[in-house]
Amino acid sequence: MQQLNDLIQEARLTGMSDQEGEVDRIMTICNACRYCEGFCAVFPAMTRRLQFNKADINYLANLCHNCGACLHSCQYAPPNEFAVNVPQAMAAVRQETYVEYAWPKSFGRLYKNNGVIVALACSLALAFFLWLSTALRENSNVTLDGNFYAVFPHNVLVLIFGAVFSFSILALGIGFYNFWRNISKTGASIAAIGESAHDALTMKYLDGGHGEGCNNEDDGFTLWRKRFHHFTFYGFMLCFASTSVATLYHYVLKLDAPYAFNSLPVILGTVGGLGLLIGPIGLLFLNLRRNPLHGDARQKPMDRAFILLLFLISLSGLFLLVLRESALMSYLLIIHLGFVMGLFLTMPYGKFAHGIYRMAALLKNAVEKRQPSTLKLGSD
Amino acid sequence: MTDVLVIGGGNAALCAALMARESGASVTLLESAPKEWRGGNSSHTRNIRCMHEEPQDVLLESYPEDEYWQDLLKVTGGLTNEPLARIAIRESATCRTWMQKYGVHFQAPLSGTLHLSRTNAFFMGGGKALVNAYYRSAEKAGIDIQYDSEVTSIELSDKQFVAAHLKDGRRIAAKSCVLAAGGFESNIEWQREAWGIDEHGVSPADNFLIRGTTFNKGVLLKHMIAAGADQVGDPTQAHMAAIDARSPLYDGGICTRIDCVSLGIVVNKHAKRFYDEGEDFWPKRYAIWGRLVAQQPDQIAYSIIDSKSIGRFMPPVFSGNESNSLDELASKLGLDAEVLKNTVQEFNAACKPGEFDHTTLDNCHTEGIAPEKTHWATTIEVPPFYGYPLRPGVTFTYLGLKTDETSAIFLNGTRSNNLFVAGEMMAGNILGKGYTAGIGMAIGTAFGRIAGRNAAFAAGNESRCNS
Repeated sequence: MQQLNDLIQEARLTGMSDQEGEVDRIMTICNACRYCEGFCAVFPAMTRRLQFNKADINYLANLCHNCGACLHSCQYAPPNEFAVNVPQAMAAVRQETYVEYAWPKSFGRLYKNNGVIVALACSLALAFFLWLSTALRENSNVTLDGNFYAVFPHNVLVLIFGAVFSFSILALGIGFYNFWRNISKTGASIAAIGESAHDALTMKYLDGGHGEGCNNEDDGFTLWRKRFHHFTFYGFMLCFASTSVATLYHYVLKLDAPYAFNSLPVILGTVGGLGLLIGPIGLLFLNLRRNPLHGDARQKPMDRAFILLLFLISLSGLFLLVLRESALMSYLLIIHLGFVMGLFLTMPYGKFAHGIYRMAALLKNAVEKRQPSTLKLGSD
Repeated sequence: MTDVLVIGGGNAALCAALMARESGASVTLLESAPKEWRGGNSSHTRNIRCMHEEPQDVLLESYPEDEYWQDLLKVTGGLTNEPLARIAIRESATCRTWMQKYGVHFQAPLSGTLHLSRTNAFFMGGGKALVNAYYRSAEKAGIDIQYDSEVTSIELSDKQFVAAHLKDGRRIAAKSCVLAAGGFESNIEWQREAWGIDEHGVSPADNFLIRGTTFNKGVLLKHMIAAGADQVGDPTQAHMAAIDARSPLYDGGICTRIDCVSLGIVVNKHAKRFYDEGEDFWPKRYAIWGRLVAQQPDQIAYSIIDSKSIGRFMPPVFSGNESNSLDELASKLGLDAEVLKNTVQEFNAACKPGEFDHTTLDNCHTEGIAPEKTHWATTIEVPPFYGYPLRPGVTFTYLGLKTDETSAIFLNGTRSNNLFVAGEMMAGNILGKGYTAGIGMAIGTAFGRIAGRNAAFAAGNESRCNS
């Protein structure tokens, strides 16, 4: 329709991509409608603006949790000629922001074929550890007794993983900082930080605004997306905690691995690992059944590569735990470390980053909510 | 054979179907639209006007029965059926828990776009979310839902419903039937017939935009009237808002409204003002401006504001024609520049100083011009200027079938025992003219439920109800 096309072409599009222009077009329609204001934070944030610049659009796109509620409720969704699909347009812009804010900048292109990149990173990491294990092993007749460090000395692992992990954290941190600087002109109060942390940790905006959850394959609501996200996130965090505690054991308490099954690192790792099996399986199942109108189909390889990688890390880790006394230990260790390294290598250039930018957007939302609106629309 | 046949697929039809099923009847629902367009105009609604004696869940303060009734009396100018109106009003107080049972969510007042948090309960996600919830519940309850099923005629025998005949040749018999197939607003031919030719030799209906579904052709309404059903209402009466002239012909819905009418002036194609833009808040006068524009030559008007008003009204979906001078604005809008400048000058000269406050009925008014502007009258002089073209946007028509407190239809004065009517097809009993936000959904919900229960009773299930 001509009028809608005109809207896209408008002057304020200077510097915007086609996808950002589409979000601008859609937000202009949504802002005149506002029926969805109860679903999530995107719509109240939208109502604080009459027009949307590039930074606004990047912010709103990352505030969108792709829950789908607004799509199924939308009187302007396709086949209406306004063709409003908020989750899809937002998803497309989200990926552009990942590319744009990646550090180093040229690495942003890795997002574009992320499925391939993850596969490559894992394969190379596996090959590397396979090679390393033979290069380091002086006497293949040594009894391993569940001792990982007989395969890879502790210091070698610390060096390799420490370096890669530090780089990933640095890259993500710089991405977060640049994104935050772009979307926000002010600092954040403790209260705003607290609220955004709460919203991130509870995944508030996957509850549909009414507590019945978000949409997946149709207009019915489900809490399983939120639950599987929680299994995945907290599973990951527990595994991370397990590694951290083990590091303390090693350096502070001078206790070397392997740790007993009832030790803190193993308990944390086991529980986390189970979460990291259940969560990704569930998310993959939902992803396969997802309504094709939700999100950006081009990003499914990235989504699924990340989900599968987490699953494989967890699965190999649990096998390693159970079979650590067996002759298979060194192979399982190589496989597990290969997958973990695959994750570490791709963290700043894959689906992992969605959490980072979403946190920045939630923080911006918490900050902005506390500021008075400059608009006086004659509302209540 | 199904017990109850419900014809229609919007709010009233779904309420009737769910209520009939709840009353023990087997139910079939025929929606003329394909699934992706289901729900009729209900998909475009947002809220339901509810009476309440004290603050109640999402409703603030109180909105007692009598105030509701007075509001209705005011907008209809007395063209209403008091007993039926009071049924809808009373039902509106208690229907929300029933709605919630079937998955409808209400939302706490947030930014509140229409000054309505006291009188109206808003559906979370709007009417389409409500319709989706009802359809999901209907499926779960075992109601047989058939899309793409347009009914063209009703087979009657001695004023009793026998069967419905569909466009595709099917004949569906049932023990009783609820008609809830909407008005005829999307039938341009019928609109043209109703409105005739105006004094400028133009058919006003040719310039109407339809804010809702393309499926409300009034096929069944026309058939029933021809079959002897008693009718109420005037075919030119409708809920008619002034909407952006650039809106699509159908299904533009809420986002095409122009909310700045009360902040500036509205001129016709001759660049002349024709009505008091500041008579009342836009939401309250919302449904009169469509008719006002319909009465202007070529059914076109222009809302004109200056930059002082930006940020004081709901953002419009299409940006206004922005101009740095009135000359430029006139040329963009196709108006005579001299006349427009005169109109604005005259208006500016008539504005009396006051304390501008667009959130109350303020004291900024004009003196010495006709028509006067009684509130929010401030000079239009700070560029850039903005102009928005307006057309009549028809939401739904009021001509319908006469009914009583049981929702039954009447054939040549005799009440049918098993044929009922609900929703827009009978709203004209209560809305002779005018409109007040959310009352369409109140009527549809109240009479949909009554019709459903009575249809179940007529089919031999449970008990009958009057209200």
